[in-house]
Amino acid sequence: MNAAPRSLFDKVWQSHVVAMREDGQALLGIDRHLLHEGSFHGFAMLDHAGRHIRRPELTFAVADHYVPTRDRARPIADPAIARMVRLLAENAARHGIAHFGLSDARQGIVHVVAPEQGITLPGLTLVCGDSHTSTHGAFGALAFGIGATEVAHVLATQMLWQRRPRTLRVTLDGALGAHVAAKDVILAIIARIGAGGAAGHVLEYDGAAIRALDMAGRMTICNMSIEAGARAGMIAPDETTFQWVAGRAYAPKGALFDQAVAAWRALPSDPGAAFDREVTLDAGAITPHVTWGTSPETALPITARVPEPRGAQAGEIRTMLDYMGLTPGMALQEIAIDRVFIGSCTNARIEDLRAAAAVLRGRRAVVPGLVVPGSTPVRAQAEAEGLDRIFREAGLEWREAGCSMCVGINGDLLAPGQRSASTTNRNFQGRQGPGARTHLMSPAMVAAAAVTGRISDVRQLQEG
Amino acid sequence: MATPFTVLTAAAVALDRANVDTDQIIPARFLKQPRGVGYGQFLFHDLRAGEDGFPLDAPAAAGAAILVAARNFGCGSSREGAVYALVDGGIRCVIAPSFGDIFASNAAKNGLLTIALEEARIAALLARLTAMPGSTMTVDLPAQRLTDPDGATCDFAIDPFRKRCMVEGLDDVALTLEYAAAIAAYDRRIATEEGWRIPQPG
Ligand code: SF4
Repeated sequence: MNAAPRSLFDKVWQSHVVAMREDGQALLGIDRHLLHEGSFHGFAMLDHAGRHIRRPELTFAVADHYVPTRDRARPIADPAIARMVRLLAENAARHGIAHFGLSDARQGIVHVVAPEQGITLPGLTLVCGDSHTSTHGAFGALAFGIGATEVAHVLATQMLWQRRPRTLRVTLDGALGAHVAAKDVILAIIARIGAGGAAGHVLEYDGAAIRALDMAGRMTICNMSIEAGARAGMIAPDETTFQWVAGRAYAPKGALFDQAVAAWRALPSDPGAAFDREVTLDAGAITPHVTWGTSPETALPITARVPEPRGAQAGEIRTMLDYMGLTPGMALQEIAIDRVFIGSCTNARIEDLRAAAAVLRGRRAVVPGLVVPGSTPVRAQAEAEGLDRIFREAGLEWREAGCSMCVGINGDLLAPGQRSASTTNRNFQGRQGPGARTHLMSPAMVAAAAVTGRISDVRQLQEG
Repeated sequence: MATPFTVLTAAAVALDRANVDTDQIIPARFLKQPRGVGYGQFLFHDLRAGEDGFPLDAPAAAGAAILVAARNFGCGSSREGAVYALVDGGIRCVIAPSFGDIFASNAAKNGLLTIALEEARIAALLARLTAMPGSTMTVDLPAQRLTDPDGATCDFAIDPFRKRCMVEGLDDVALTLEYAAAIAAYDRRIATEEGWRIPQPG
């Protein structure tokens, strides 16, 4: 008798179910729990209940959201931020968990650091009090964001109650064109299914164009799964994944690594595995995308125009146009920008910095901007390759690793009404500062916008 | 642990917009504060500062505990602070066609009921409450029944576990610890058969 074909998600889910209740809730074992400064609510709840961390060796803490991106040798100026960064270090020390603090050579954005250190592995369950935990699904892990009460629950039990989500497979056939990046792929997917289109689902990305991506591209795509409302995004592990993981600090070594790879090879979805929904896109038809509104679902091809407020969503469109200060019908390429930001857990890995530097090499930015590497190791690698010089010579600021202007809570902010071209994941109202206007795009597209001072088609710039 | 939720009769207010993300509900810069400061003061902070006549600030909406909104309410960041802001701001129930998953889960753990209804029914409620903000509605969680301002009723669905936790105000961790034997067996299996899952420092 053959077992029913199972999906990647089914396999990871089933191997982590500890108990099932009649009401359909599953108790899931959690392999990795990541913490950041914002996790202080979870610690407060744990302390309040008088509980301790059940599996400190599976728990990792890193300072990223609030950390300054310059003058790190000096004490943190904002007392509230200084307190949070200190509190994380103290909580980590008190509970005996690994902590990558501000002066640690491994520090960076939690979703860049964990894969880099081999903390993220295929086939694991991984949670963090941050919605972009979906990033780690790029390795074939089941990774999702949780709230503070759930953080306290995982700290205390290393378990989580979950109802089995539905599954949605997105297949990308064909190959991506020149200067079309993983960011364009995920923006096109979100535009297609909507900001709430994958709610209640785990996405699996598959197809030739996904298989051809490097790990950085896969992480960019899984990272933004949450912007389609998905619980998580996953990509089956393959040789690209195994090679990337091999030799990383916390990854299995020697015979244990061979054992792991044997287990990981069994993870990809079986032929004929069932999905609740399926969507197929032609990778060859995807062009560079940018957003015009205040939801990631407002992504459009770079050659498009700002929409007219018509149809059932006229009111919604008008509100977004007002906030963004745009005129209906104008070409996206007519939109002038004030600043650029290259950074965030979506697009601040070494590959992203290389893509931006390739456009900026020998050119000048006509607007100011920040380049913030995703981690301190990425920063070191970029400096070894001379990328920092390219950014500086173009007129951009080269900073230390952290979330920075992605969320604007460390002091790196846009002024009210300022407009950015940004490699981040959220163009929400006020995300980069009160009144700030954000246009999401790939690193190469942000670099192109820096050079021209308006939203531009990187293909024209690079191909002349 | 949250206050148990049974029957709520209260003024309702309409927020007729889609994709209200958690950055709108509470801007990130306020999340540094401990819960003790009271998060109600941050609720929709920048929206309220930026526009006159924000629905929650209408005199008729004073004391409203029920919020009706358009699709995908609470999308975006996992910040539980969004739920704290609503709860501390007096909101006990949000009704919308759909919700951000993490938001809905955070809500249930803090005694904030989220009710998903069909788009058409929400559209009618939004129209009614926009015309008459502060109209009274009743939410009966044990019976899973909603009474709209006109007295018409409809049933709503809710995950049975979520309902039980809200009605009884259960503590998740205590509940999980009842599974100690299953957890120990699971841990043993990982240690003996899947040792690669354990981090290998050094
Ligand atoms: S870079 Fe932005 S999206 Fe990513 S974890 Fe930091 S704040 Fe969140």
